[in-house]
Amino acid sequence: MRVPLSWLQEYVDITLTPEELADKLTLAGIAVEAIERLQPEFKGVVTGLIKEIEPHPHADHLLICRVDVGGRILSLVTGAPNVAVGCKVAVALEGARLPGGVEIRRASFRGVESAGMLCSAQELGLDTSLISPEEREGIILLPPDALPGSDVSQVLGLHETILELELTPNRADCLGIINVAREVAALTGAYLRLPSVEVTESEMRAADLAEIEIEATDLCGRYVARIVGGVRIGPSPAWIQARLRAAGMRPINNIVDVTNYVMLELNQPLHAFDYDLLQQHRIIVRRAAPGEKIVTLDGVERDLDEEMLVIADAGRAVAVAGVMGGLNTEVTSETVNVLIESAHFDGSSIRRTSRRLGLRSEASLRFERGVDIEGAALAADRAAQLMAQLSGGKVARGRLDCYACPRAKTVITLRPERLNELLGTDLTPGTIREYLERLHLKVEGERVLQVTVPSYRGDLTQEIDLVEEVARLYGYDAIPVTLPGSNTADEKETPRRRWEEAGREAAVACGLSEVITYSFINPKVFDWLRLPPDHPWRRVVKLQNPLREEQAVLRPSLLPGLLEVAARNANRKVLPVTIFEIGRVFKPGDAELPEEPLCLSALVLGELPKGWDWPPQVLDFYYLKGIVEEILERLRVGNVRFEPASEYPFLHPGRAAFVLSGDTPLGFLGEIYPDVAAAYDLPARTCVFELDWDLAGQKAEIGATYRPLSRFPAVERDLAVVVDEEIPSVALEEVICAAGGEILSSCRLFDVYRGGQIPPNKKSMAYELVFQHPDRTLTDQEVNARYLAIQETLERKLGAVLRR
Amino acid sequence: MLADIEAMRRQALQELTAAADSLELENIRLKYLGRKGELTRILRGMGSLPPEERPRIGQAANRAREEIEAALEAARQRLREREKEERLQKEKIDVTLPGRRRLRGHLHPLNQVLKEIKTIFLGMGFAVAEGPEVETDYYNFEALNLPKEHPARDMQDSFYITEDILLRTHTSPVQIRVMQAMLPRLPIKIIAPGKVYRRDDDATHSPMFHQVEGLLVDRRVTFGDLKGTLMAFARQMFGPECRVRFRPSYFPFTEPSAEVDISCVMCGGSGCRVCSYTGWLEILGSGMVHPKVLAMAGYDPEKVSGFAFGMGVERVAMLKYGIDDLRLFFENDLRFLKQF
Repeated sequence: MRVPLSWLQEYVDITLTPEELADKLTLAGIAVEAIERLQPEFKGVVTGLIKEIEPHPHADHLLICRVDVGGRILSLVTGAPNVAVGCKVAVALEGARLPGGVEIRRASFRGVESAGMLCSAQELGLDTSLISPEEREGIILLPPDALPGSDVSQVLGLHETILELELTPNRADCLGIINVAREVAALTGAYLRLPSVEVTESEMRAADLAEIEIEATDLCGRYVARIVGGVRIGPSPAWIQARLRAAGMRPINNIVDVTNYVMLELNQPLHAFDYDLLQQHRIIVRRAAPGEKIVTLDGVERDLDEEMLVIADAGRAVAVAGVMGGLNTEVTSETVNVLIESAHFDGSSIRRTSRRLGLRSEASLRFERGVDIEGAALAADRAAQLMAQLSGGKVARGRLDCYACPRAKTVITLRPERLNELLGTDLTPGTIREYLERLHLKVEGERVLQVTVPSYRGDLTQEIDLVEEVARLYGYDAIPVTLPGSNTADEKETPRRRWEEAGREAAVACGLSEVITYSFINPKVFDWLRLPPDHPWRRVVKLQNPLREEQAVLRPSLLPGLLEVAARNANRKVLPVTIFEIGRVFKPGDAELPEEPLCLSALVLGELPKGWDWPPQVLDFYYLKGIVEEILERLRVGNVRFEPASEYPFLHPGRAAFVLSGDTPLGFLGEIYPDVAAAYDLPARTCVFELDWDLAGQKAEIGATYRPLSRFPAVERDLAVVVDEEIPSVALEEVICAAGGEILSSCRLFDVYRGGQIPPNKKSMAYELVFQHPDRTLTDQEVNARYLAIQETLERKLGAVLRR
Repeated sequence: MLADIEAMRRQALQELTAAADSLELENIRLKYLGRKGELTRILRGMGSLPPEERPRIGQAANRAREEIEAALEAARQRLREREKEERLQKEKIDVTLPGRRRLRGHLHPLNQVLKEIKTIFLGMGFAVAEGPEVETDYYNFEALNLPKEHPARDMQDSFYITEDILLRTHTSPVQIRVMQAMLPRLPIKIIAPGKVYRRDDDATHSPMFHQVEGLLVDRRVTFGDLKGTLMAFARQMFGPECRVRFRPSYFPFTEPSAEVDISCVMCGGSGCRVCSYTGWLEILGSGMVHPKVLAMAGYDPEKVSGFAFGMGVERVAMLKYGIDDLRLFFENDLRFLKQF
């Protein structure tokens, strides 16, 4: 809402600077977003009255105008098509300065001298959206009451200061400048001057001229009409035009401008119909008929439906109620008689209609937020008064007013002790009363206050609303600062959140950097990941109204996000990529809401570069596997195993594993399938893992448990065996551990060797074995016996031969 | 003979002082103290002395031996020191060469800020709660005093899954879920961080962002308590010089409601580009829990009261780190992430 200060000052005296006023309003909840100071960008431009026009002797498209610029007549050459005798124009005199440093000099146009220039809005640096289309094509035409010779910057009101309000939805009343003035008065203690509304009425009775009927009483609570006869349509005077422009609206003519002016003043949207075009002079407020259409004022044909409210005459819809009038009854230069509509429509209905039509107007905005039903009559009168004043029309006697169920007065009980209890203040009932009365609320009672709320403050309906009014007038800053006396909460963090944090910390400790990607992904990624049609990931949660198709479904996995981030970084040559994400994925389930399991996923791509004395390290499967192992070990997820997995369509079938805890699958680890890597344009082999982090949490031991340290010496033995290539490392380890028994305290693989003396399709695996007993020193015989047992079992079960 | 011993002693000590390495030392030892050494040779000649002279000579010889042995040990010590020093000299490295680094991981800046926020509120006795990101219309709107057609719903254009299910537009539904779960226990004292979603995408809006919700419900909670809690937070988060301002505002689920501004972290309040020359930065919305919201959750608004607040984590992170483009958070360029 744009509030020109000069307009506001008509209702309340302001002694504060604009900045001080803005601060005061802001700290009272009427946020002033900006203070705009209009500044004319020109100098030396005056009002001119065109006395005569004659054609240019040597050019068809030029005209010579004789213009009265206040006491002298100048001869000016123009090419503008919209000049006529009697028009008021903006004349840049010799020596005038226009925006962009242009200086006006005498000039000769095809042999005819011009003493200056007739200016267009653009040449004056004005906002061309606020002038008529004809003026955009030609020069700007000034209001008829502008005096020849007067400074155009004054005529156009270009010395204005405007407060831009950012209103909260509850303070829609401040969409009327009068209510902003009320607020200013309450905050500064200044006197409020309401405009005096006096309508001089003619003999003609409005009731004899038109008939109003509300069929849809649920959507229209009140309809007030006034009829003004014998109007002369023309441009509005300068002051109205300037105020409308400053408020951001385009002046049109003296009738339409009045409806807009009163709307901005009183926050009551109005509409003016050409009375003579209303069939049978009837107004019917009804729902649209099926298939009914209307061409609105903007020239667009609109399809209406039965839920939309229209204003109709005897034969057709003449307006989309509260949104926009119809072209068929528009006020034009031909209009003689006008019917003013000042009505109250249901906000939700207007909201739906304007959404469905994709048509929002100043009127619909106000109805949606709620206007004062009691104020409709005053607004109609105010409009009639101004129309008569500006257009020479006569106002018919009486208002037509359909108002079946007048609004009940709002009376609220306010308990001062309750107020103090909530605010932490110690205000007396007398002080509270004073604040409320500054807002023009009527207060009765001593200990418990009975407060009557004026109808324009529709946001005040219950005690807490009044508590807030008192708080903001008292000043939030004045409320004493305390700390709550409440006990601390019993639990610091839910176990799930703690587990999430633990996963995050562990991943960072393993050298991975955290990313956060959007929860919505492109459904096409399922094809890029080579998922078959029945793959469970394809059962996704879909958005009804995504911003774009690439963000249309909720992610069933973090993998697509990681691949995208890897691709983006690789594309920017930011390598290596070592990233992880921990976040929720979404799976439709049987419940009303989808499941949101937590996942931890990571991706590595590229290599750690060579250093001055160390070799490069490729970030391969085993690098990432080490990270999985470390994370799970740190967080005490027990019995972690890896099994070959060839069924992941997006993973290399020979380089993919299930990650398990005991028999519970936690997720996968593997290298990205070449076609998938190509689809994402990844420059090298890429490895990923994804773990169901909730499940991992269930498998984690709560905390560490101490085991006593053996005080007896450990014996180390190395063991190297040659086995078939096909035998997995885990099989050897299982045999070694089983055969080693409890005195084998650790078994570590330190070498895998192929080639040399090792036969083809065989490999040599070398282990470092540590034997230790918790309670005594082991004898050589014991260790030798066990070593031999391990060796024999390996041979018997896996055909492993001791390497010599 | 005494003179021989004295000459030998002097000679030996002199040689020891001059010895350059351990081999030389060993030779000197053998030469003087060895089985075929000087001392033995001299002592062998003792037989030819009168018996009364023998002890005197013997004593002198022993003293000479001890003296030479001590000098030998000292020379050894000296040589070892010197050899060590030479070795250390040779082992000198260029300490300015880069160290061998393990790859370092980085927490996303949003989660670092979140952690900081969390630590502050945990310190004030709050717990951390969470709720689903896909919500029902009831929890996201209705139960927060935002019935259908409420004009304030306009402020939050939502992503819908079905007519009644949507991506939550704020973390406030967690308030309701926690209250329902806690009923009738008191106090309820939680923060709820998480992702939220709005149908907006431009330089200053992301369709997904992060909020932290706060809720305290108990007997006799006041607006003053809200001020005190948030002022304590602001000072811990942005520094003790940080000034805080409460401005009346409107949220359907709180009343009285307040926007909270802090003095600009860039200019300290004197006015700059970051604060649009106002000296203030809006960081969160807050207010006293609306009686209707308490009642809908099952608490009697006549008996308990509470406050709630919500802040944007991106906003706080941008202020804290001087980040000027919201999109950087979700682009995940590693050059960005590694700065934190």
